[in-house]
Amino acid sequence: MDAPPPDGRPRPSLRLLTTAGAGQVNQPVPINTGRPSDDHGGSGLTDLMQKVAHGDKEAFSDLYDALAPMVFGIVVKVVRDRAQSEEVSQEVMIDLWRQAARYRPEAGSVTTWAATIAHRRAVDRVRSAQASAHREHAQAAREHTIAFDEVAEQVETRLDSEQVRRCMRGLTEVQRQAVTLAYYQGLTYREVAEALRTPLPTIKTRMRDGLIRLRDCMGVTT
Amino acid sequence: MKHHATDAHTLAAAYALGALDPGERAHFGAHLQACEACREEAAEFEATAARLAAAVSQPPAASAKAQVMATIDGVRQLPPRVPTSASALSLGDILRRRAAPFALAAGLAAASLGGVAVWRAQIEQNLKAQARQVQQQLDTISAVLAAPDARTAHGRAANGALTTVVSSDRQNKAVFSAANLPAPGAGKTYQLWLAQGATMRPAGLIDHDGTVILTGNPDAAGAVGLTLEPAGGSAEPTTDPLLLMALPA
Repeated sequence: MDAPPPDGRPRPSLRLLTTAGAGQVNQPVPINTGRPSDDHGGSGLTDLMQKVAHGDKEAFSDLYDALAPMVFGIVVKVVRDRAQSEEVSQEVMIDLWRQAARYRPEAGSVTTWAATIAHRRAVDRVRSAQASAHREHAQAAREHTIAFDEVAEQVETRLDSEQVRRCMRGLTEVQRQAVTLAYYQGLTYREVAEALRTPLPTIKTRMRDGLIRLRDCMGVTT
Repeated sequence: MKHHATDAHTLAAAYALGALDPGERAHFGAHLQACEACREEAAEFEATAARLAAAVSQPPAASAKAQVMATIDGVRQLPPRVPTSASALSLGDILRRRAAPFALAAGLAAASLGGVAVWRAQIEQNLKAQARQVQQQLDTISAVLAAPDARTAHGRAANGALTTVVSSDRQNKAVFSAANLPAPGAGKTYQLWLAQGATMRPAGLIDHDGTVILTGNPDAAGAVGLTLEPAGGSAEPTTDPLLLMALPA
């Protein structure tokens, strides 16, 4: 059922790289990484959000410090262009300020809320830039596929994301492709299906199975 | 189109990974409101995806924080609402769900954008400019509605439209909202007027239900008028007023 990679060569298996030369992706992650229970320190962020919701700019300054690296990280991953990513990230942070009163702790952690907003803004930016040139977009999707190994390697090199790295290794390769192309490359599942020349239902299933494995591996609960 | 459970469950992953197009995203978002199990699963998937985001963290430029901190000084925070979805909010979502008195503002969004669906399509073209423009209008309207000296008057036009005017001297602005406004007909529009003594000054056009900011200074005006005019409006009324509402003192 699985089509070979579009470039026709066998895909090298993922490997753990040494950290030399990977300095720019090995930044400290201040919150919520590598821990089996969600939102270690999350109640601190929830308290901060409440203050921010009341217009407390000092609290927002702390919130910024806690969330901006994650926001910028995922935005630049998807958008790639650094200048545009800076712009989108600033929009996201301003949006967190604007919407602070609408954050509901019972619906998920502050980190999850911020990541969702950031990722959505990033894919909106990428897709609006590409909407006018759909054919190039499809081409870009194929190029993304070729770049997939590189992306996966970057993920794997992170020292501070031991848990994510380990859990990613627990996925089958096709699951990892589907999850990575969607989340880190910002492709829709249709584009993922096109890039991998795989039927839509198969892609949807891989995304679901992949996320279930990651969720269980990371011990995510809400 | 109706999802049966299997479809919906399959889409929860794509939704959390941001892999749905805007139409599907909105559709699935609506489905989530009706399906608690799906909501729970989507929330877990979103939390999982957030770990993937945290795993690629890197610090933004140091200068970015100062810019953000400076910008928020001029950014109005949205009021809390009673939400039905854990997902991130778009301006369209906010406008759709915003409670009274912000229903007036929602009316504006519907009127100026022709609905959320169209907005979602247009977002592809010009997200930032549009959002900024709508936000400005919304901010103006919100400022009038929230002004401590805001005064409200209700009326009924001769054609059956229900109208509301809210004005604030402090904001030096008034907004006009119409419901059940019949279509003006081809080549025609409704025009608003601010009556100052015997003089009627043009105060903007409205051609379907919604809310508009009146142009001109309501402070000096005693009443708001509504007439049917040729498309594009007139310099002075050419038909009998359908409505003449005294502005609240």
